Amino acid sequence: MPAPIRLRELIRTIRTARTQAEEREMIQKECAAIRSSFREEDNTYRCRNVAKLLYMHMLGYPAHFGQLECLKLIASQKFTDKRIGYLGAMLLLDERQDVHLLMTNCIKNDLNHSTQYVQGLALCTLGCMGSSEMCRDLAGEVEKLLKTSNSYLRKKAALCAVHVIRKVPELMEMFLPATKNLLSEKNHGVLHTSVVLLTEMCERSPDMLSHFRKVWLLVPQLVRILKNLIMSGYSPEHDVSGISDPFLQVRILRLLRILGRSDDDSSEAMNDILAQVATNTETSKNVGNAILYETVLTIMDIKSESGLRVLAINILGRFLLNNDKNIRYVALTSLLKTVQTDHNAVQRHRSTIVDCLKDLDVSIKRRAMELSFALVNGNNIRGMMKELLYFLDSCDPEFKADCASGVFLAAEKYAPSKRWHIDTIMRVLTTAGSYVRDDSVPNLIQLITNSVEMHAYTVQRLYKALLDDISQQPLVQVSSWCIGEYGDLLVSGQCEEEEPIQVTEDEVLDVLEGLLLSNLSTPVTRGYSLLGEILNRIKKVVSVYGSSIDVELQQRAVEYNALFKKYDHMRPALLERMPIMEKTASNGPTEIVQTNGETEPSVPDTKHPPLVTQPANQANDLLDLLGGNDVVPVIQTTLPTKPASAGGELLDLLGDLSLSGGPAPAPVPSVPVSQPPFLLDGLSSQPLFTDIAAVIPPMTAYNKNGLKIEFTFERANPNPNIAVITIHATNTTEADMTEFVFQAAVPKTFQLQLLSPSSNIVPALNQGSITQIIRVLNPQKQQLRMRVKLTYTHKGLPVQDLAEVNNFPPQSWQ
Amino acid sequence: MQFMLLFSRQGKLRLQKWYVPQADKEKKKITRELVQTVLARKPKMCSFLEWRDLKVVYKRYASLYFCCAIEDQDNELITLEIIHRYVELLDKYFGSVCELDIIFNFEKAYFILDEFLLGGEAQETSKKNVLKAIEQADLLQEVCWFLISAGGPPSPLASSRTRLNPEVY
Repeated sequence: MPAPIRLRELIRTIRTARTQAEEREMIQKECAAIRSSFREEDNTYRCRNVAKLLYMHMLGYPAHFGQLECLKLIASQKFTDKRIGYLGAMLLLDERQDVHLLMTNCIKNDLNHSTQYVQGLALCTLGCMGSSEMCRDLAGEVEKLLKTSNSYLRKKAALCAVHVIRKVPELMEMFLPATKNLLSEKNHGVLHTSVVLLTEMCERSPDMLSHFRKVWLLVPQLVRILKNLIMSGYSPEHDVSGISDPFLQVRILRLLRILGRSDDDSSEAMNDILAQVATNTETSKNVGNAILYETVLTIMDIKSESGLRVLAINILGRFLLNNDKNIRYVALTSLLKTVQTDHNAVQRHRSTIVDCLKDLDVSIKRRAMELSFALVNGNNIRGMMKELLYFLDSCDPEFKADCASGVFLAAEKYAPSKRWHIDTIMRVLTTAGSYVRDDSVPNLIQLITNSVEMHAYTVQRLYKALLDDISQQPLVQVSSWCIGEYGDLLVSGQCEEEEPIQVTEDEVLDVLEGLLLSNLSTPVTRGYSLLGEILNRIKKVVSVYGSSIDVELQQRAVEYNALFKKYDHMRPALLERMPIMEKTASNGPTEIVQTNGETEPSVPDTKHPPLVTQPANQANDLLDLLGGNDVVPVIQTTLPTKPASAGGELLDLLGDLSLSGGPAPAPVPSVPVSQPPFLLDGLSSQPLFTDIAAVIPPMTAYNKNGLKIEFTFERANPNPNIAVITIHATNTTEADMTEFVFQAAVPKTFQLQLLSPSSNIVPALNQGSITQIIRVLNPQKQQLRMRVKLTYTHKGLPVQDLAEVNNFPPQSWQ
Repeated sequence: MQFMLLFSRQGKLRLQKWYVPQADKEKKKITRELVQTVLARKPKMCSFLEWRDLKVVYKRYASLYFCCAIEDQDNELITLEIIHRYVELLDKYFGSVCELDIIFNFEKAYFILDEFLLGGEAQETSKKNVLKAIEQADLLQEVCWFLISAGGPPSPLASSRTRLNPEVY
């Protein structure tokens, strides 16, 4: 059996592969060779084979069959074997495989090996990937090594102990005695790892923490070590760009932070050294700044005196001006953490922070944005908002949603005037409209209704914006709602703040119809638009939506149609303006009504229970016509000289019209209910589709020789493709028509079903009629046409007639 | 530190050191995603990014990216120094290190890393001490090998580069 190829040889060979397939082939071949070599239990070349396997593993190929081999290598006496074996264990094994436990014994032996490098390998492996079971078994050995005088082993043992504590926190106590003397070491490696160990213990156990503070007096010890580091002269071994052992300095500062947190005495004890580090550290290179950064974090976290805190924030301010973007990033992050507690100090650096909004780096921009929002207050709102809106214009899409939300929040809190507030909102909607969150729209609408004096101004501006651009959905939604709501103001052209524009009702409708037709409008937007149209054109437009795909739209369209057809006289009362909404926690605006024959805008798709408290002197009614699942009509508590006193009863009755089966309406106030009977028709919860009877007008299909046949329509529930036609046959002649038979035929794409007639005698002189139901299935929604054949006996003579019926109204087949 | 990755500009992995237990599949996924994210960064961007719930610190040296994932309380700037120290160690060991050195001697790159960091933390802050330990361990390895192959001990005057060449495995 020839010797397996060498590692470097293999690497060279694999790198010559020109395609992935070629590489795979080579790897497979080599793996096969390695496998057979493993099977032969070849000791000499095991190390070489495992090394090759590790290389192939790094390329992404499976190497699990080498796991046991690693264990064998670890158990070998040769250092070369052990080195590769432990490396393999760290790469191929982890605590999820049961195999790893077999290592425990080997590691134990190696921890007591005569050669420190072998001990080192064992400590390293245990400290990297030891499982809790292994840690439990070997903690004692580690503790022993923590007390050795060999600094090479001591430092490794310290970090190994850190890992043991992370895996098995209960074992922390056993390391305590050994840890005590660690800080008296001169060796920097031991010092560094000891500080890490102490940090881990402090973070895990508050008891340890106070023990260290009070009993061990750790703070003065650490302060002394740090001082020596800074004051000592040049030490080539630990020098990094003129700073002595920055790694150790940073670790000590971090431990001081934990010790000083919420402890006055400790904080006091470290004040001087912190000030010293903060002022004396060289800042030209990254190392110095790394130490300053850690110092600032420590100062801000402990109970430092105010002078020191100001010093820290100024350091951060200087960082912001640094050319190095990493430093700027770190400064912004730290300022974000401190802005709540040291607000005024951070405010001083506001302009620098705002400049960072223009930085090229995405992370820096994000931080600057967050910080800017945190710094906004009543005094700087105008200036800040200008910058932030500019940022919103030019920033990446990933920021826009957050920025828009932030702007809304800030504007809400600190808006200097309503007009400014609305202007700001409009600016956001027009520039970043499509990124605005869905829940902003109802909130905005609420805000707008609350600023009563601004209604005219608002609607005018929104209208103008709409004329410019209809692509931004939230803008369109808010605008449609407002136009629907305040359209009268728009049309009447009254507006104090801006030049009034003359807008006619038709123009408004043009715009709104444009919205409806535009492909860009989502169904929700269309829902809004539906509402802002005037009556004449509405019926036409709204009917189209009577059979729309979107259930919500369909429902609303149908209800409006019902409103127009049957309850037209109630419209003025219904369509009054919505009262001012009071802001309640989670509620959206409720339905409102509008004057001047403009239909009411509907509620946005809110699932929240609409809830409005009415001011007592509110002259307007509130009706919940259409709405989500929880529709609660609001009842006037007082009914003073209200013009539409009929509204009171209407409230209640139309509350019943909540077709989605909402909760029962509140009881009607004690107003005499004297409405004519037909108002009560069909107001109990009827299925939605029967109302369409009112929608599709009846037609005369045949009218000859005194025989008149009328068709009336219904859409069958639940299948909207079936039209249910009821024929009514009446006779104006003086003689009855007997043996009346009605037959009908439809084109091939339709299906017809004729049910039994009520009778076969059509009484003379319209004394009665025959009714018969026809069901037409029209799956392809083609134009309905019918051929009818009528046979009857009149005055003793048989009569037969054929006719074509083509004048079906479009709604019957659409 | 949770893990360290070294990868080339084409996204080829040259070294991976994990300090937290992860399933193999998960390691592959993390590696793939993180490599993609870092390679997509423009040269002018800063060396830090937030990724999942970790902070990632990366730096490019010639054709190799050095990438570390650290925890929230770790200092990003000092991590840059740690990366730099590791590169210096490699440089001293290999003599003007390049990517090829790390490809052909990947196991040595690991050995050096394991003398510098343990469990994700620095165990030795002196460059000299780390290199000395590696040298001694290498010597131990060679002595062991030579004794087996009965070829005699190597010349102590051999430079570090030639000392690497005797193909131990």
